[in-house]
Amino acid sequence: MGVGIEVRGLNAWYGKNQALNEIDMKVPANHVTAVIGPSGCGKSTFIRCLNRMHETIPDARAEGDVKVGEMDVYGDGSDPVEVRRRIGMVFQKPNPFPTMSIYGNVAAGLKLNGFSNRKQMDELVERSLKLAALWDEVKDNLHKKSGASLSGGQQQRLCIARALAVEPEVLLMDEPASALDPISTSKIEELIFQLKQHYTVVIVTHNMQQAARVAELTGFFLMGSLIEYDKTEKIFTNPADKRTEDYVTGRFG
Amino acid sequence: MPSIAASTSQPVSLWRRVANQGATAFAILTAVLVLVPLMAIFVYLLIKGVGALNWAFLTQTPKPVGEAGGGMANAIVGSGVILAIASLIGIPLGIGSGIYLAEYGRNRFGDIVRFTADVLNGVPSIVIGIAAYSLVVVPQKHFSALSGGVALGIMMIPTVARATEEMLLMVPNAVREAAFGLGIPKWRTTLSITLRTASAGVITGCMLAFARVAGETAPLLFTAFGNQFWNLNPNQPTAALPLQIFVYAISPFDEWHNQAWAGALILIILIVGAVAAVRITVSRGRLKGA
Amino acid sequence: MSDSFDSMNPPQPSGELPKPVTAMPTLAKVDHQRQPRGVIAALEQIRHSRPRNSRMPDAFFRFIILLSAASVFAIVVLVVWELISKSQLSLHQFGLKFFYGHDWDPVNGNFGAMPFIYGTLVSSFLALVLAVPLSVGVAVFITEMCPQRLRAIISFLVELLAAIPSVIYGLWAIFVLAPLLRDYVEPFLGKTLGWTGLFTGPAYGLGMLAAGIILAIMIVPIIASITREVLLAVPQNQREAVLALGATRWEMIRMGVLRNARIGIVGGIILGLGRALGETMAVTMVIGNRPEVAKSLFAPGYTMASVIANEFSEATGDLYLSALIEIGLALFIVTLIVNALARLLVWSITGGQSARANA
Repeated sequence: MGVGIEVRGLNAWYGKNQALNEIDMKVPANHVTAVIGPSGCGKSTFIRCLNRMHETIPDARAEGDVKVGEMDVYGDGSDPVEVRRRIGMVFQKPNPFPTMSIYGNVAAGLKLNGFSNRKQMDELVERSLKLAALWDEVKDNLHKKSGASLSGGQQQRLCIARALAVEPEVLLMDEPASALDPISTSKIEELIFQLKQHYTVVIVTHNMQQAARVAELTGFFLMGSLIEYDKTEKIFTNPADKRTEDYVTGRFG
Repeated sequence: MPSIAASTSQPVSLWRRVANQGATAFAILTAVLVLVPLMAIFVYLLIKGVGALNWAFLTQTPKPVGEAGGGMANAIVGSGVILAIASLIGIPLGIGSGIYLAEYGRNRFGDIVRFTADVLNGVPSIVIGIAAYSLVVVPQKHFSALSGGVALGIMMIPTVARATEEMLLMVPNAVREAAFGLGIPKWRTTLSITLRTASAGVITGCMLAFARVAGETAPLLFTAFGNQFWNLNPNQPTAALPLQIFVYAISPFDEWHNQAWAGALILIILIVGAVAAVRITVSRGRLKGA
Repeated sequence: MSDSFDSMNPPQPSGELPKPVTAMPTLAKVDHQRQPRGVIAALEQIRHSRPRNSRMPDAFFRFIILLSAASVFAIVVLVVWELISKSQLSLHQFGLKFFYGHDWDPVNGNFGAMPFIYGTLVSSFLALVLAVPLSVGVAVFITEMCPQRLRAIISFLVELLAAIPSVIYGLWAIFVLAPLLRDYVEPFLGKTLGWTGLFTGPAYGLGMLAAGIILAIMIVPIIASITREVLLAVPQNQREAVLALGATRWEMIRMGVLRNARIGIVGGIILGLGRALGETMAVTMVIGNRPEVAKSLFAPGYTMASVIANEFSEATGDLYLSALIEIGLALFIVTLIVNALARLLVWSITGGQSARANA
């Protein structure tokens, strides 16, 4: 159900500062790929370029070749709105819509896309909440509780359900657990493990142990360049590049 | 199993695109529509005002009805008198209240004062005029610049108080503590140090209050009342610029209409000029340090 | 899962341990040059002056300050007291009938305030109808759509509208707006929408429509500036959340911004209403000043503030004056309630948590 991502020659700028240099990366379908690196290395910028969120920042731009499945993200006829529908994103700090109920949150993307059949929406909401491992906890309060009244970990799973409801092919996660407590974090990590059956997941994390726990592939970014990209096992036990080794052994970062 | 894919495998629907463009167009339209009257007012003020402005206007009092010429000199001066009285009332009381709210008033009474200042701010100016009439004109049995000044002064208080409180609260506590640590009593700290640090913002607040009441007409209708002649006695009815503009504007005489425009131009210049002057002196003072 | 580090045997620090500290490090010299000269100089100067016993001056100062604060309270109490006491005459004479009586007849001593209440409500409501879309539109334009460079200029210009005195608005309305209405707008409206009954009768230019329009222009800056404030208070991650779902910009604004800010926007609108209700001069100059209730917006009307403005200084007799003051009291109470409500709503968005979900 997921698709692969192919990145070729991706460059990105904030005004005059170049944040990404000629990134080449192939992300396989239905796998979890982690993106690690020290603060400011460009990892968040990278995934935000994949779903064209980067350009929403004033004076920011990106150039290059990004193919998600058959979709040419930066192609001439490509519509950012369409790209963002097909690529889901979960943010570092959970951001449910406070004025909407739990149901409303999950259905938000559906309503945007013109979905109106109530019965079908109910089914889709239930499915998404189940996929996000939240259904059992909220099924009795779908319409009564607001999205913001849940705990931090639940809010993040709600955001995941919301992202999944519009049936993306790829799920991008920008440090999804960094604002959460350890128990919620491990729930999210379990979830990611489940999700890769249906989706391709790219997860940014500054927590190397997390990358080791959830991802099959890991890419190490440093100062806007992709230094090394390989099986997670190899990156952490026998990295090819010295800079990678320095980072994973904690010499800097 | 329902799927959204069916309804979204097509690119973003035409309707959504149209709605997006439409919203943008509407927003731009509103910006234009809001700015058009602004431009129009200033253009008319400039054209019609300058046309009727001459030296006589600035130095003479109104001529009797039917005679050409004359000016609003008495109204300009009268406004000055009334505003001076208003400032004498509004600024000290406003700053004093502001000091109370910031330095002594983190308590129930402070909340009450804050609330009443807010209430006072929202009272329509004509109602303040009624109160001033009742409190000053009735006992004195005549209209006066004093009663007008009282009305306008009352209106200045909430603005000055709020600005003073805000600015004082922005002064870091470390400054106060440093002063106390040196043995300086609270009253001296508040005046010479805290207030001084906040002075730029407080002065701006006073100026904004001044600019706001300088253009007020309604409260003066039955306090200062207006006067066709020179009058510097605050205990007599006095002409005021906004009042004169009003009277001339609703009159049936073209000559007076023109003078109303000239008066309006002067009023706007005085208001904008006062605000600008304060901004300049305050920023210059700040750049010099201390 | 593959393992990362060998957490049982962390790498050991190598090399020598640092030497133990044996002497106190010397303090860095305080650089007086870097401190704000004025404040330090002031502190030093004061410190060298007397008196030592500062309890008396402190108490005295506190007393003066308390007095000023109390004066604010006293003034408001005085205002309310004067309004209530001076309207007693009329209150006793007419009672509640005052507020629905249609007859404003100073000659015969009959005072019914309905025409003014009607005029105030209609002109304010009309002003809101016109001002709200304009203000929200401008606010959305400035905060969400406008290129960065234009932002400051346009918001400054909108603020400038608030600085223009009411009498100048009135002046412009009499000589520019009213002729425009009379010669172009009202005939057009009469032809196209006359069937509604709102746009019938002779087109004077002056009348309820003119009052509503000039009021709308005057309250736009208030509503727009509060709307801007609450829009800016919506966190950026809400906007991103909507965009990431695949939304157009307008959908992002609608779902991610306006929805979150709506309570504050309503507060701003109510504040604008409060201002419109009490607005005197501009309305007086164009509304026609005829105490009649008419359906058509072309007809002249009269508002509570206008009748006070026009007739107060000429009022003969205590009853007349008392009736006018009673109108002033009513105006005071209405604006009090409206403003309090508005502040509550705005504060709830900018000061407290954001809204709870609807069912």
